[in-house]
Amino acid sequence: MATSSPQRPAGQSAPTMDPPLGPIQRPTLGESLRRNGVSRRGFLKFCAATASMMALPPSMAPAIAAALETARRPSVIWLSFQECTGCTESLTRSFSPTVENLILDTISLDYHHTLQAAAGDAAEHAREEAMRANAGAYLVVVDGSLPGPKANPGHSTIAGISNYDMLMETVADAAAVIAVGSCAAFGGLPKADPNPSGAVAVQDLVKDKPVINVSGCPPLPMVITGVLAQYLTFGKLPELDEYNRPRAFFGQSIHDRCYRRPFYDKGLFAETFDDEGAKKGWCLYRLGCKGPMTYNACATMKWNGGSSWPVESGAPCLGCSEPDFWDAGGFYDALSVPPGNSGEMLLTAGAAGVAVGAGVGLLARSKAKSAEKQHQTVTAEQLEQKL
Amino acid sequence: MASIGDIPVQVEGAPAAPAEYGNALPVLSEVRHALAQLVDGGEPTQIDLGAMPFGPGDEDRLMALLGSGEVTASVNALGLTRIQETAYRGVWIVEYLNTDDQRVALHLEIATVPQLLRSPPADLSDALAALETQLAAAEAK
Repeated sequence: MATSSPQRPAGQSAPTMDPPLGPIQRPTLGESLRRNGVSRRGFLKFCAATASMMALPPSMAPAIAAALETARRPSVIWLSFQECTGCTESLTRSFSPTVENLILDTISLDYHHTLQAAAGDAAEHAREEAMRANAGAYLVVVDGSLPGPKANPGHSTIAGISNYDMLMETVADAAAVIAVGSCAAFGGLPKADPNPSGAVAVQDLVKDKPVINVSGCPPLPMVITGVLAQYLTFGKLPELDEYNRPRAFFGQSIHDRCYRRPFYDKGLFAETFDDEGAKKGWCLYRLGCKGPMTYNACATMKWNGGSSWPVESGAPCLGCSEPDFWDAGGFYDALSVPPGNSGEMLLTAGAAGVAVGAGVGLLARSKAKSAEKQHQTVTAEQLEQKL
Repeated sequence: MASIGDIPVQVEGAPAAPAEYGNALPVLSEVRHALAQLVDGGEPTQIDLGAMPFGPGDEDRLMALLGSGEVTASVNALGLTRIQETAYRGVWIVEYLNTDDQRVALHLEIATVPQLLRSPPADLSDALAALETQLAAAEAK
């Protein structure tokens, strides 16, 4: 993606190793840290932690230090559309003050509905001013999906501007767009069947700029800041997968990085949420774990300051970082079971154990597509029976 | 308002022994490989334990297997960094904490001296200049 060249006015610098500068000269990160009394050892330590955060090997720390010395604070405009603020909650719940906050201190967050002090016209002027001052160099972060160009814009407007108009106007001079959360990346809950607001994802509308999808409902705070850190550090956009997600964080499936994987390989499964297997921490595959088809960093980065993550708490992965996960069948249906069919197949699926493993990811993806077509509803009673 | 401690919780039966997830031994094997590399060619290695799929108890098990050696050190820069040599010389545990004492990263370093303990080369000339300034000031008095 780093090679894709967004359109920018003549004379503006590209987002490469050269500092992504707008007309405003900002201090480099090295300068601003030194001014705040951070020693070189402190900086090296920061870089070691940053390498972990960016899912890079620790040996990259000196290279990160060298790059960060000259990095400048990029201007970031954050747009919130049809969203629940969960993504912002996730971002701000990164255990503070820590590397994440340092990163937040080192970007210039010029517009964010929820976090900014300004309101009304002043807020909108802040956005316009940031766009003007940093034309061609600023990053746009979007959380939430938005009603498409043909949908009724009344479903979601801000300051009398439709989400669609605001997005298109703001990305026009952006260097890149980061879609944070499964709603911005893939449409998410608003786009779930029957999609009453005509919701679409950012990448459905933005075609002439690089779009990076940081999916998850919400995404891990470290992944949000890690993507920003990567851009800040190396001045270019990260390598992306088929869904435009950064490979560093979305390159491996939950299943492949799960600490319970050895139990899957041995064919040891929890059958209910409170049986012996569940208490012993066995594999949650038969309880509907979507780990094999889900690509995310939860299994290693974990949540709440690294204290735990859903599977460690005994809950199967819901697959929240995959496209259309709301419509991909029941959360508690095992992966190899076609929607609407349970019981016998659930048992044989588990017994097949290892052999199933390789095909499961592919199967699950095609299943997700077919589930979309034959969407099944489930009642609370049915769910209870299943549990 | 009642605190969470006021909620009566009754635990029936003895708590289950922590499960053995078996994710510690493969890391130990990686450490052995890195140590062999250090012995053969002097090449240091850093292993990010945060990137390991550890379950509950796996990290403790690894630490127990590594044991503790003669050297402990701490670096106070942007929060504390605790450094401990393990029972295996040249294998160091480096725990980075932030200013609130929360862990931000946990590495194993397989090296003669961990990177963070060395004085940064750029600091040496700064230190020399500072020392010369102090001497000049003292002599001027």
